[in-house]
Amino acid sequence: MEQMAEPVLQATGVSKYFPGAIALDEVDLRLYPGEVHALLGENGAGKSTLIKCLTGAYARDGGAILLEGVEIDPRDPLDSQRLGIGTVYQEVNLLPNLTVAENLFLGRQPTRFGFVDHRRMKRDSARILAEYGLEIDPGRLLSSFSIAVQQIVAIARAVEMSGKVLILDEPTASLDREEVELMFSVVRRLTARGLAVVFITHFLDQVFALCDRATILRNGRVVGSRLLREAGQTEIVTLMLGRQLEAATRTPHEAEPGEVLLSFAGFGRRGAIEPFDMTIRSGEVVGLAGLLGSGRSETCAAIFGAAPADRGEARLRGLPVRLGDPREAVGHGLAFCPEDRKIDGIVGDLSVRENIVLALQARQGWAKPISRARAQEIAEGYVKALDIRLAHLDMPIRLLSGGNQQKALLARWLATEPALLILDEPTRGIDVGAHAEILNLIERLRARGMALLVASSEMEELVACAGRVIVLRDRRQVEELTGADISPDAIVRAIAGEEEAA
Amino acid sequence: MIKATLRRIAPQLAILALALALNFIVFPDFFSIRMQNGRLYGNLVDVLNRGAPTALLAIGMTLVIATRGIDLSVGAVMAIAGAVAALAVTSGHHWTAALGAGLLAGAVCGLWNGFLVAVLGIQPIVATLVLMVAGRGVAQLLTEGAILTFNDPGLSGLGSGAILALPTPVWIWVGVALAAGLLVRRTALGMLIEAVGVNERSARLAGVDSRALLIAVYLVAGLCAALAGVIVAGDIKGADANNAGLWMELDAILAVVIGGNSLLGGRFSIAASLLGALIIQSVNSAILLSGMPVEFNLVIKALLIIAILVIQSPKVKRAVYLLRASTGQPARETRPPAPRRPAEEGRT
Repeated sequence: MEQMAEPVLQATGVSKYFPGAIALDEVDLRLYPGEVHALLGENGAGKSTLIKCLTGAYARDGGAILLEGVEIDPRDPLDSQRLGIGTVYQEVNLLPNLTVAENLFLGRQPTRFGFVDHRRMKRDSARILAEYGLEIDPGRLLSSFSIAVQQIVAIARAVEMSGKVLILDEPTASLDREEVELMFSVVRRLTARGLAVVFITHFLDQVFALCDRATILRNGRVVGSRLLREAGQTEIVTLMLGRQLEAATRTPHEAEPGEVLLSFAGFGRRGAIEPFDMTIRSGEVVGLAGLLGSGRSETCAAIFGAAPADRGEARLRGLPVRLGDPREAVGHGLAFCPEDRKIDGIVGDLSVRENIVLALQARQGWAKPISRARAQEIAEGYVKALDIRLAHLDMPIRLLSGGNQQKALLARWLATEPALLILDEPTRGIDVGAHAEILNLIERLRARGMALLVASSEMEELVACAGRVIVLRDRRQVEELTGADISPDAIVRAIAGEEEAA
Repeated sequence: MIKATLRRIAPQLAILALALALNFIVFPDFFSIRMQNGRLYGNLVDVLNRGAPTALLAIGMTLVIATRGIDLSVGAVMAIAGAVAALAVTSGHHWTAALGAGLLAGAVCGLWNGFLVAVLGIQPIVATLVLMVAGRGVAQLLTEGAILTFNDPGLSGLGSGAILALPTPVWIWVGVALAAGLLVRRTALGMLIEAVGVNERSARLAGVDSRALLIAVYLVAGLCAALAGVIVAGDIKGADANNAGLWMELDAILAVVIGGNSLLGGRFSIAASLLGALIIQSVNSAILLSGMPVEFNLVIKALLIIAILVIQSPKVKRAVYLLRASTGQPARETRPPAPRRPAEEGRT
């Protein structure tokens, strides 16, 4: 292979420190011309930080970057773009209200007599886009095209302006299957021209389909670099997740789950989660496992109607039910603690008391106010039961710590006495003590007959609390583990998509 | 509860007292009130009476702004409602029917705004700009470009009459304010509106029907504007589509802002907005009473308002905090709360 040639980009010993944390610890990365190099790692592993150091968005605290053997020190992303490193992000970083041609040539428009030469710009754009297999009218607004086409325009712009290294930061996160294929064909054309591509994604199948080599980061360190045709998925996943979880123990609950509460058939949402079948029984905890972006959160959001399903059907206690928006879901006894507490959970400026009674009040309707005394009583009850630490109930909830905010949100939903409680990453950003308390709470609620759906990236958590674990990969349910079969190893194998070793 | 409300409106009360004192300085007779023909007269009564349209608009505007919205169309809605009421009464209907027709027109306008904002998801400032421009045109079409005068004592009584010695408009705005206050604070509406204003996504995920709430607040704003429009028409016994309610939306927004309500939505106080409306009216009154040329009116008003807003601005509050910290108690932490930075490490 020509990979024995000189690397086009070589980073050695790149380090970056944040106050109180080492984000990158002596990271090495070699990038060869004509290869697609996957950068893998879980949330917080340091992928974005590394990219930002390479493109100059962050000033690195140590290490050197060589581009074609010459040491470079990009001051900002514009600088690195001029040097030859182009970046395309998940959210299209172009201007949707300009035409495709204007986007391609923004900042370097061809001019004629001092005016922008629109005709030439359009002609050149059409020629450039044709190289990417896109036969579109560059005179139309960027926003009139699909996200996939917009991504390709972004790639074309980055390549035209830089042309040595292309960094793709989760470019496929919001694309569907065919669009991903389109994107891949574009990337393959580029590597055939000798461009080096860094590909960041959470979709392992895409990594194996497209990439030649992978560098895996964990906790700011490179834990391995593998040629993908020699490595297996299990090896990669194990590297990503680390080995510490093999020690996790399981405390199985023996009680038989109750009757079927909710069942789904062909339930799904285009571009978010492939259609799935699922049943949830009263008195059981169903876990959702998978890498980031595998469809865990999307499953939760579809069931709760936050991003409602557009296909399939749901049945509640055997009867068809519509879960079109959160209000309907709440009305049917569903509850949902979302992953991002700050954006989707708390109502920051309102008091803790108001936050706790909000869902109950919303369900009762505005005309039946919960009296202040009653709200106080409810809130105090949960503050005691969940051990929420606060100065007083009148303080704005945004002043609480992450763990206490999470408990207050749990209180909000428990006050509605839900039949199904959906928890998306219930312990993210929470200290160890609160972590254990929340796992205990989940078990207590289950014992009381509540159904719980817990999506988590932490396998020990699922192993500890779930009676059944559904494993997702690339937005599809790929495996269901029950009872004694649930172990971190089994989950890892299922995520990696390999046949269980006999 | 009452103590908390008082603490909330204390700055507005102080500013109002200052504004009234200013009136007293330029016109020592300001506080004298006399009884004549069973009706109270005096500059103070005038402030309450003339402030009625702004006060009514401020009630609706407070609720709209609490949801993180704004309603620029209320001035135009005043013109429409006045025109509709005048048309109804000149074509022989009873004045109560005319009032009803005016309110109905206001309700339709409010629902239109609510539809644009809540259902179509258009930014409030753009959505209501549509009616701000088009609404005045509609009013002009209704009155056929002329001032539509009427002589119905019932309808004009709404603007210029008196009940139990107090001008009718005062009764109306105080009544509406009490009704609105009770409605939002004795039910859960106030809290739900605040929740939508602070974080609509969270509120929606908690099961709050944010769409219905948004439509409702624009409906209330439309009704308040209609009432204000009928009062103004009644006062001059005619519907002046060109001038009725002109720029009044800005006074209403100002009243809400002087009332210390954040334009970013969330916590709101109708009482504070009403005080804001009275402050604006007091400033108007002081300028008139001082006998300065009318041309100075707007400039001086602007200067006073700038002063009020500067006093309330977070930067000034922080500067005061810094000043105190550096001179008063050196032992205390002298660093002001740092401006919040977006999290550096996002998605990885």
